[in-house]
Amino acid sequence: MSETTTIKPYLRLSGLEPLVVRPETNFVNVGERTNVTGSKKFARLILNNQYEEALSVARQQVENGAQILDVNMDDALLDGVQAMTTYINLLQSEPDIAKIPIMVDSSKFEIIQAGLKCIQGRCIVNSISLKEGEAKFIEQAYICKDFGAAVIVMAFDEQGQADTMQRKVEISGRAYKILTEEVGFDPQDIIFDINIFAIATGLEEHNNYGVDFIEACRIIKQKMPLVKISGGVSNLSFSFRGNEFVRETMHSVFLYHAIKAGMDMGIVNAGQLVVYDEIEPTLRELIEDVILNRNNDNNEATEKLIAFAETVKAKGKEIVKDEAWRNESVESRLAHSLVNGITDYIDADTEEARLKYDRPLEVIEGPLMDGMNVVGDLFGAGKMFLPQVVKSARVMKKSVAYLFPFIEAEKEKIRQAHLAAGTVNEEGSGAAKILLATVKGDVHDIGKNIVGVVLGCNGYDIVDLGVMVPTDKILDAAQKENADIIGLSGLITPSLDEMVHIAKEMKRRNMTQPLLIGGATTSRMHTAVKIAPEYGNGVVHVLDASRSVTVAGSLLNKETKEPFLKDTQTEYTKLKEAFDNKKSVKQYLPYAEAVQNKVKIDWDSFAPVKPTFLGTKLFDNFDLAELRAFIDWKPFFIAWEMHGNFPAILTDEIVGVEATKLYNDANALLDRIIVEKWLTAKGTIGFWQASSNDDTVTVNNNGSTVNLEFLRQQIKKAADQPNLSLADFIAPATVNNEDFIGAFAVTIHGIEPHIKAFEAALDDYNKIMLQALGDRFAEAFAECLHLKTRKEYWGYATDEHLTNEELIHEKYLGIRPAPGYPACPDHTEKYKLFDLLNATATTGITLTESLAMYPASSVCGWYFANPQSQYYGVGKIQQDQFDNYTKRKGLSKEVMERWLSPNME
Amino acid sequence: MSIRKELGKRILIIDGAMGTMIQRHKLDEADYRGERFANWHTDVKGNNDMLSITQPEIIIGIHKLYLEAGADIIETNTFSSTVIAMADYDMQEFAYELNVASAQCARTAIERYNAETGNTVPKFVAGAIGPLNKTLSLSPDVNNPGFRAVTFDEVVAAYTEQVKGLVDGGVDVLLVETIFDTLNAKAAIFAINNFFRKEGKEPLPIMISGTITDASGRTLSGQTLEAFYISVKHANPLSIGLNCALGAQEMRGHIEELSSIAACYVSSYPNAGLPNAMGEYDEAPEQTACFLEEWAKNGWVNIVGGCCGTTPDHIKHIAQHVKTIEPRKLPVLEAELA
Repeated sequence: MSETTTIKPYLRLSGLEPLVVRPETNFVNVGERTNVTGSKKFARLILNNQYEEALSVARQQVENGAQILDVNMDDALLDGVQAMTTYINLLQSEPDIAKIPIMVDSSKFEIIQAGLKCIQGRCIVNSISLKEGEAKFIEQAYICKDFGAAVIVMAFDEQGQADTMQRKVEISGRAYKILTEEVGFDPQDIIFDINIFAIATGLEEHNNYGVDFIEACRIIKQKMPLVKISGGVSNLSFSFRGNEFVRETMHSVFLYHAIKAGMDMGIVNAGQLVVYDEIEPTLRELIEDVILNRNNDNNEATEKLIAFAETVKAKGKEIVKDEAWRNESVESRLAHSLVNGITDYIDADTEEARLKYDRPLEVIEGPLMDGMNVVGDLFGAGKMFLPQVVKSARVMKKSVAYLFPFIEAEKEKIRQAHLAAGTVNEEGSGAAKILLATVKGDVHDIGKNIVGVVLGCNGYDIVDLGVMVPTDKILDAAQKENADIIGLSGLITPSLDEMVHIAKEMKRRNMTQPLLIGGATTSRMHTAVKIAPEYGNGVVHVLDASRSVTVAGSLLNKETKEPFLKDTQTEYTKLKEAFDNKKSVKQYLPYAEAVQNKVKIDWDSFAPVKPTFLGTKLFDNFDLAELRAFIDWKPFFIAWEMHGNFPAILTDEIVGVEATKLYNDANALLDRIIVEKWLTAKGTIGFWQASSNDDTVTVNNNGSTVNLEFLRQQIKKAADQPNLSLADFIAPATVNNEDFIGAFAVTIHGIEPHIKAFEAALDDYNKIMLQALGDRFAEAFAECLHLKTRKEYWGYATDEHLTNEELIHEKYLGIRPAPGYPACPDHTEKYKLFDLLNATATTGITLTESLAMYPASSVCGWYFANPQSQYYGVGKIQQDQFDNYTKRKGLSKEVMERWLSPNME
Repeated sequence: MSIRKELGKRILIIDGAMGTMIQRHKLDEADYRGERFANWHTDVKGNNDMLSITQPEIIIGIHKLYLEAGADIIETNTFSSTVIAMADYDMQEFAYELNVASAQCARTAIERYNAETGNTVPKFVAGAIGPLNKTLSLSPDVNNPGFRAVTFDEVVAAYTEQVKGLVDGGVDVLLVETIFDTLNAKAAIFAINNFFRKEGKEPLPIMISGTITDASGRTLSGQTLEAFYISVKHANPLSIGLNCALGAQEMRGHIEELSSIAACYVSSYPNAGLPNAMGEYDEAPEQTACFLEEWAKNGWVNIVGGCCGTTPDHIKHIAQHVKTIEPRKLPVLEAELA
């Protein structure tokens, strides 16, 4: 009777409490100070046997927002096994520390094991590697698995540490294969530390280390989307040691780019990082040049940064404490303090604001809320990290605490006035009671606290149950306290489900109080669609603290309550209907804006590989025996309506016997086809110089030009996600580097007479078999030529080594989309593809009126070589793009409408 | 006959309390000793596990009562059959033998039951692996929080011996239960994995059942339910669940949560309510059964039964109440993040 639940492949860790790394987690920071190699203070405490004191180092990390605690006892003077055991056992008895997961860190595996033996939660092992060969790696991986630990794998093999992008990707791929296929690790439990090395050392060969890391992140995430990527960030700025200001700024800039490329966690003192948006623009550009290795010929960018660093050093700490912001308005100063987590001036600034505004409450609702909104936006955009947000919250709390006595005094004044006038709000009788809680699994309470303060100021009696409150506790308290309203808050996505659950429970308990929903991830739509239908006595979404007052007012007044709830319900019903009809739910960008949000590729630092020839190359009678190895059997079985993975399907409990028989028959027929040369494989490939201009790619075909037209995703994407068009993967005409595009068309001739023969023999089985195999041969041919293109003819991936399995899962660089498929849905572009290749004349493939290819076993497509190119679907487009596209194509609207109707609303 | 296959078809019933049933026999010191330990040098009354050797007919009889009540899974009488727990009676050297004997008692009970009733529905023996009387995450000395009374390696060795005894005695599945310190359970999982890998035997399925000790909603060692599940899921268990400490009423919210996060089957065998002022469990069989029926209807559970204070009568009612209800469906494990 319940819906089937689904479980996502998230990395899940635990201390006393769970840590689930979701896509929206943004960045997991690992506390680094409980490391004898990294913290002198900690090392001294451990060496002096002051273990109890050393606990405070861990506690401080947790308080500052560390989500995982790295513990390392690698010191020549220490008995590492004993030190690890003692310290971890002590940590386990401190609930405020032990609540987060531990990362057991050592270069000696026996110390790692000692740590694992003391920890009940699910840890991370830091680290294992292929340094001493596969046998050792596998042995250690098994032990980690027996303890249930996730592992960090260092990009280190028998040859040494990986420094280039290629080596990082290659070693990670090798380790991944061993861990997932041999040892049985889930991909999400593998974390790669792909080595952050020092840049700006003066040696030119070090200049690209930042780029190598960032690009490797991108490719690893593309090939192995579930793994996590980590790194020790402080190495990056090693050449600037002693200059903390430059180092912290470098780390902040580096993380901004690395996280976007796919870095998930890092050993970093995140609480000390500068906020990316707050870095002075010229300095930021200087640092960006060094990290991204731009404008850095002859170490130019490096020299500039070194020169700048000297000025900072020379002036001592002056520049670090740039006090210019103190001259701005009190509102700006409060915002600055909140964003940067500065408490030095908060009392004075709050006092100034209190005097400026009419009521103390307005300071909270005005400048403080505005400042916290900035913090929220920066966090959402990945420009602030959790520890920094924790610092902001601390500033906020301090300011609110300062205002509190003034607010209380005002409240008292109002109460006295009420008493004098003989009206409501007499102590203990009139005040309506509002119960607030952040739901289970969620620790965010800034918003809820503000709502509490605001409602409190308006004369309501607030019962705040705090954070991580389980359903039963909330509802028990509501019933015991006789609350008039229940308010729930949450910031993370799972909180939404928890709220639905609470609504259900309120119904089960026959409760009557209205339920208010608030918090950053909540929305009117979610409330209307998921929560409101579960509870009949009023569910209202409250957008922000200021609205909570009017909503509470309407709900607590006997006369307004019913009409208010009725109006709300009508509105929610409409929303739900709209949602159910999937109307106006998706949002689209104007085409011009979508074009602006194209894939960002740094063309200046990317040199496309030139193909070994330009023009076309024909494969007239390709060896079928060679193609046989490229056959992807899964679609073959699907053609026979047998769904499952190959080769697992051969041993499947239900269809295994049949599948095996089919497979054997298919192979027998294949033997015949090849030996008796039933079929002929013909194909052609071609490469041309090409450049892009928005969604048009201009191809230079031996002097004459052809314009290829592409469509662009128009749906509104999440922040930082591009609206893709295939044209984005070809260098724009405006950059200096020459770029290229390729195309192919392949076919299998000769199937008809044999089909006829089978038909005549009334042998449907072999007829279908032959058709299915013909299709498989055509696909295999396309796969085979793509491989040869990558490694040989175009040659942009000469060192690629992939198994057939990996080919099928498209783990290679570059793509081969076909006109008419999701990334380029317009079939009519096939004409241009065929013209460029001269495909009909050379391969004998013809296009039918509906632009299908004949013979049916044919495949064609474009080649894109850019490492960032990827498969995707264009989805629905809007009228403005349609008009623009039609104009570019020079075709009539009626014709284009016919071809693009599946992509129109 | 595969337990996995049966779980796909229906809700399975696990038996109720062993201790409660043994008490009914009002055994004295001499009964416990039997012939074999007549001259043993310490008192042994209360060492329930040794009854599998000295009074096997009593143990077989209790198992049979549960089978007759409708249990599909019966637990071996081995809660304390480890070298560590047996130290209380100075009987460490018999740990292995106790496990073999208890597993055989359970097997015999099933054979006799099938022979007498002509039953053909599959019945399973779960080898019970208890939590030990020493814990790896907690210090018994309040003044020395870093102290531990036992080491991980010692616990692994103790459990390895127990697992060997249970497997040799012929159990169908291993049940790591009443877990109040997750690290002890992790040592059990470590022992089981290594035992089967070293012996080169096909591993038996593992059932895991933790204990939420009080209203805090946490294990005794301080973990939340989800943290506990994450910490043991590497066992790739057949089922995860909760037993002991709480009655069904108090366990309800936790089972609901577990059902929403567990990738495997979900089990639950609560106590017969909370003990009354006299330390007795007095929840009536019909009451317990009604609670479990509601969970089953909500699609939360695959295996249900009872723990402390439950009797064959409880099991009979539970079995009748959930008989026709569809079991919880296994969740879909998604392969992609988005």
